Amino acid sequence: MLIATLCKKMTRLLFLGALFVAVFAKRTFKRDQVLRINAKDDAQISLLKELSEQAHLGLDFWMEPVHESLPVDVHVPFHSLQAVRAFLAYNQIQYQVMIMDVQGLLENEEREMLKYNAFPRSTDDFVYSTYHDLKSIYSFMDMLVAENSMVSKIVIGKSYESRPLNVLKFSTGANRPGIWIDTGIHSREWVTQASGIWFAKKIVTDYRRDPVLTDILNKYDIFLEIVTNPDGFAYTHSSDRMWRKTRKPNPGSSCVGVDPNRNWDAGFGGAGSSSNPCTETYRGPSAHSEPEVKAIVDFVKSHGNLKAFVSIHSYSQMLLYPYGYKSTPAKDQAELYQLARKAVTKLWSLYNTYYRYGSIITTIYQASGGTIDWTYDQGIKYSYTFELRDTGRYGFILPANQIVPTAEETWLALMAIMEHTKNNPY
Amino acid sequence: MATGDLVPTHFPARRAAQVALHHLNTHHGSPFRVFGLQRVHTATAEDQVVGTAGRKYSLDFSVTDYGSSGSVLRCSAEVLFPRTETHTHTPPEVHLRCEDLTHISSSPEELAFYQKHTAPHSAISAHDLPDSQGNISQDMQPFWHLARVAASFIMLRESSENTEYNMAQVANLTQQETSEKQLMLKYHVLLHDIVSQEIIHWKLLCSWSPEGGVSVRETEWLPKCPHDTGPPTAH
Repeated sequence: MLIATLCKKMTRLLFLGALFVAVFAKRTFKRDQVLRINAKDDAQISLLKELSEQAHLGLDFWMEPVHESLPVDVHVPFHSLQAVRAFLAYNQIQYQVMIMDVQGLLENEEREMLKYNAFPRSTDDFVYSTYHDLKSIYSFMDMLVAENSMVSKIVIGKSYESRPLNVLKFSTGANRPGIWIDTGIHSREWVTQASGIWFAKKIVTDYRRDPVLTDILNKYDIFLEIVTNPDGFAYTHSSDRMWRKTRKPNPGSSCVGVDPNRNWDAGFGGAGSSSNPCTETYRGPSAHSEPEVKAIVDFVKSHGNLKAFVSIHSYSQMLLYPYGYKSTPAKDQAELYQLARKAVTKLWSLYNTYYRYGSIITTIYQASGGTIDWTYDQGIKYSYTFELRDTGRYGFILPANQIVPTAEETWLALMAIMEHTKNNPY
Repeated sequence: MATGDLVPTHFPARRAAQVALHHLNTHHGSPFRVFGLQRVHTATAEDQVVGTAGRKYSLDFSVTDYGSSGSVLRCSAEVLFPRTETHTHTPPEVHLRCEDLTHISSSPEELAFYQKHTAPHSAISAHDLPDSQGNISQDMQPFWHLARVAASFIMLRESSENTEYNMAQVANLTQQETSEKQLMLKYHVLLHDIVSQEIIHWKLLCSWSPEGGVSVRETEWLPKCPHDTGPPTAH
């Protein structure tokens, strides 16, 4: 306690000194630095929070002090550097200089930005930490295919508005069983399509580098549909960020669209979906009435050898397995539960993101006509749905700087599921 | 619906906890203090027949203040969802205790924010907070938090065992002139109900001061299409 008080007094003196200097200093970014601070415990986090409250220092936290397991990045104006470094040294708080000269970086960045404004020329140029539109994502897919012989693009159908339904196939040999991943079936869940892009790049990057993934790909094909609902996605960009459904008009109604995750032939029409076209969970006139859904149904049936199926949504931070339409536990409930727990633990290990897991109907709500209930009843045992970050603070409009951390942690869970699938053939 | 011990991670306990959160925010929220659910530790439910009939949940849970401090508080609450004979919705009743809550008082940030925006000629307005990409400037965050707190009055009132509300976005906000010693704001907010997946539009008028906290003066539900019959809880 005494040390904390001494600390406070000392820091106050230093801050007053810095303030004096600050008044007479001109504000540019020259010689500003960005520090990455690694707090080792709660007490240091508290000190950093106090530091962040000293408005006259002009600190700009790129990553706020939250928890000792997370780095704290702060842009420190030149006039405050001495004070901040003294504070950190005095309190024995470890840090590194991440950016030596912010002005220099900005000048570089402006040059880089010109590159970003034009189309990226390769998937190494592509910016994963921002949200992209449909054109940009489709162009990414084509680049990835062009750069990697193991990747091909399959068009499994057309959306209602005639957009191609593109699936990336990652394959190192013929006649393999498959693993399916889809993102963006609900168009407003933007972190999912963004994560899908990252997964695609991750697969090609890690093949022949990561032994587990390499082993998986030597036995299984991976199918990845990044924009499962392209009409809805285009609409979230052009007109309504909160659009969820497809964009097919409903005869006799002024309301558009069907919930593609209530349109599957699993408990279709039951409780947990709506018969009203104006609602977000409208099931559609009949099972598989939506071309976006029918295309996947046809693909799954004609492939005939998918062993895992993962459909990705946001938000709520959950990993779910069947059933959604009925409370009867799935035949493989015990195994699905254990695997979910394992996957969620792996996910948590990266950034301490807390996920709940269980069957759809017990964990989130009753939902009929859902994707993974259908795939499970088709015999695809490892059928899972994710609900990615967050738990409601930002909800659907998750800040872009969380895309990559979300994708990274989710990938660990996906790897757990894929590895288990590979080790438990059926 | 389940009775007795509840699985804390499953939806019945979580929905009840979220209701307790809305209640907490209406009483203790501010531009720099907004609580979110961290985890439910234990939960039970029982039918209450004496007094107000309905289902009563008893919860032990932790909350995070993501307004500024990031601190985690332990809370316990009883949430009663009344059962009514008619089809009109009756808001839930909440009794709540959180550790360290009484120690929370107005921070220097709150006072500075209040002075700045109740100064003459302050006329803040903004739209799309956060924007489509989830961006929100540092300056606008307290207004976003305030919206969440004000929206909590509506979310609390509209909640049932069959809803789970969050605020999805602030469509717009405009500061209102007032002779009161309050920050007066008109908001158009988008609420999201996880259960129905609906986005529900509400307009509201709220006031805030460091000593008085947040108070909501008017609310107005906005139908999304002409034949909309009412917010989800009306069904």
